[in-house]
Amino acid sequence: MDGPPPVQRVPEERLAMKCQKCEKPATFHITELTDPAGPLELHLCEDCAKTYLTQGAVEEPGPAMIGGALGKQVQVGQTAEELARLDQKVCPVCGISYYEFRQAGRLGCPHDYICFEPELEPLIVSIHGQSKHSGKVPRRGAARTDRQTDLIRLRREMKEAVEREEYEKASQLRDQIRNIETEY
Amino acid sequence: MKLEELAGQCGEWLRGTGPESDIVISSRFRLARNLAQFPFIRRCGEQDRSAIERTICDRVGAVEEWSKLAYVDVARLPPVDRQFLVERQLISRELSEGEGPRGVAIDPQEKFSVMINEEDHLRIQVMHSGLDLQNAWDQINRIDDMIDERVTYAFHERLGYLTACPTNVGGGLRVSVMLHLPALVMTQQIERVFRSLQKINLAVRGLYGEGSQPRGDFYQISNQITLGRSESQLIEQVGKVVPMLIEYERRAREFLVRDNQKDLHDKVSRAYGILCTAQTISSAETMDLLSSVRMGVNLGLIEDIEIPTINRLFIHTQPAHLQKLRGGELDTADRNIERAQYLQRHLRKGNRGGAQQKN
Repeated sequence: MDGPPPVQRVPEERLAMKCQKCEKPATFHITELTDPAGPLELHLCEDCAKTYLTQGAVEEPGPAMIGGALGKQVQVGQTAEELARLDQKVCPVCGISYYEFRQAGRLGCPHDYICFEPELEPLIVSIHGQSKHSGKVPRRGAARTDRQTDLIRLRREMKEAVEREEYEKASQLRDQIRNIETEY
Repeated sequence: MKLEELAGQCGEWLRGTGPESDIVISSRFRLARNLAQFPFIRRCGEQDRSAIERTICDRVGAVEEWSKLAYVDVARLPPVDRQFLVERQLISRELSEGEGPRGVAIDPQEKFSVMINEEDHLRIQVMHSGLDLQNAWDQINRIDDMIDERVTYAFHERLGYLTACPTNVGGGLRVSVMLHLPALVMTQQIERVFRSLQKINLAVRGLYGEGSQPRGDFYQISNQITLGRSESQLIEQVGKVVPMLIEYERRAREFLVRDNQKDLHDKVSRAYGILCTAQTISSAETMDLLSSVRMGVNLGLIEDIEIPTINRLFIHTQPAHLQKLRGGELDTADRNIERAQYLQRHLRKGNRGGAQQKN
C-alpha cells in the first residue's frame, strides 16, 4: 500500500531531553496554557506524564454557566424568605416572574434586564466577570426602544383581555397596538 | 433549493480547504439577536412567533442579496430532513426539536445561515473552511448590518445586545473553531489541554455542539464570555490559542510517528481495513475509524485517498444523510448495512483510482 512512513526529524536537544521528574528520556512535551502566567513547558517520560495528567482530573471544572451561577446565587445570596419575595417579582411588560426565570434559565423579554436588574447584576458578573458591553452597537446607536417595549406589554394585555372575555377593552388595546405598529 | 441537492455536496465546513485544514476543520461565528418589539421566545405564542418570522422575512427578504437564499420552513419539515440540516450544521438541535413557527435561511454555498425563532429571534451563523477567523467575522458583520438596517434590535446602552439567556448578553457572539485532534486523544493529553482552555474561559464541545459526545476526535473551541469583550478581542483570543493547539497536535503526531510508529501504522491500517470490509457498522464506530484514517492520510501512512473524500464520508455516513442519499427511510439496522456498503463503494473506488494513477 505504501512505503515507510515519513519520520519527522526531531531537534537534537529534544532527543536528549530527560524527564523532569526522573532519569528516563522525556517523550511527552506538555505545555500548560495557563494565562496570564504564560505557557509552562513540561518534559516528562511516559510514566510521569500519566501520573501528571491523571492528577489534574480532580481539579475544579470550568467557569460556572447559567445553572451553576444561579445555584451559587441562591446559596450565597439570600435567606429563604428573601428568595421567596424575590421569586414573586414579576416583569410588568411580559409577565414572567423571577421564579420562572430561575427555573427555566431564560428571560421573557428585553425589559427583564431592567426590571430584574438588581437580581441579574451579580449573576451577569459571575458569568462574564464584568457588566459593561464593549464592541459593536446597532447603527441607530443605543436609542431607547420604549415604544417597542410598549408593544410587548399591550399585546400581552390584549391577549389577557380576550381570555377574560373583556372584548371592549381588547379592541381598545388593539387600536393602540395598531397605532404604534404603523409608526415604523 | 431541494435538500436532496445539498445531500450530494460536501458543504462548506467539510470542504477540507483553507489554512491549516489538516487540523482545523472550520471557523464558525454565531450572533444572537432579538427584535425589540417582541418578547423573547419563551414568552411567545404561535402568533408572536409567526409575526417574528413574517417581520424578518418581509423586511430582510426584499434585499437582493437575501433573495438568493433558500428559506426552509423548519416547522413543516419531516424529522429526517430536520436531522439532515442538523448534521450539516445549518441548524441547531434546538431549532430542529423546537416548537411553533420557525425556519432557516440558507446560503446555497452553505457559508452562512440565519435561524429564526431558535433560543433568540435571530441566530446568524457563518462557517468557513479551515482557520479563517477574520474573513468569517467580516462576513457575519456585514450580514448583521444588513439586518440591523431593517429591524430594531433589542439593545441596552450598558449591557449591549439583549438575549434570552444572560450567558449570551453583550456582543451575542460565539467564535468557534472546530479541530481534529486524534493524536492528542491517543497520547492522552486532550483532557489536560481542555482544562487549560477552561481556565482562560474557552469552552470545549463535541462535533454537534452543547452536550454532544465528542466523536471522531472533533472538538469545538469557543469563547464563553460574551459581555465586556469586543469582537476583535474575542477573535484575537481564539486566534492566539488555536495555533498553539495545532502545534500540540503536530507535536503529538510527531511523537507517535517517532516513538510508536508500528502501533500507529497498525491502528490506521486496521481502521482502514474495517471501513473497507465491514458488512454492518454504526455511525459512532464509523466516525472513530474515519478519524484514524484521516490522520493516517495526513501523515502519509495511507497514500491513495484524498482528505476531501474522507471529509465527505464523515457527513455522508450520518443517519439522515444516508437516508437522503438512498432516497428512503431506513431503520437503524438497515442504516448500518447501507453505511457499510456506502463506505465500501467509496473507499474501494478510491483504491482503484489510486492504483490507476500509479500505473
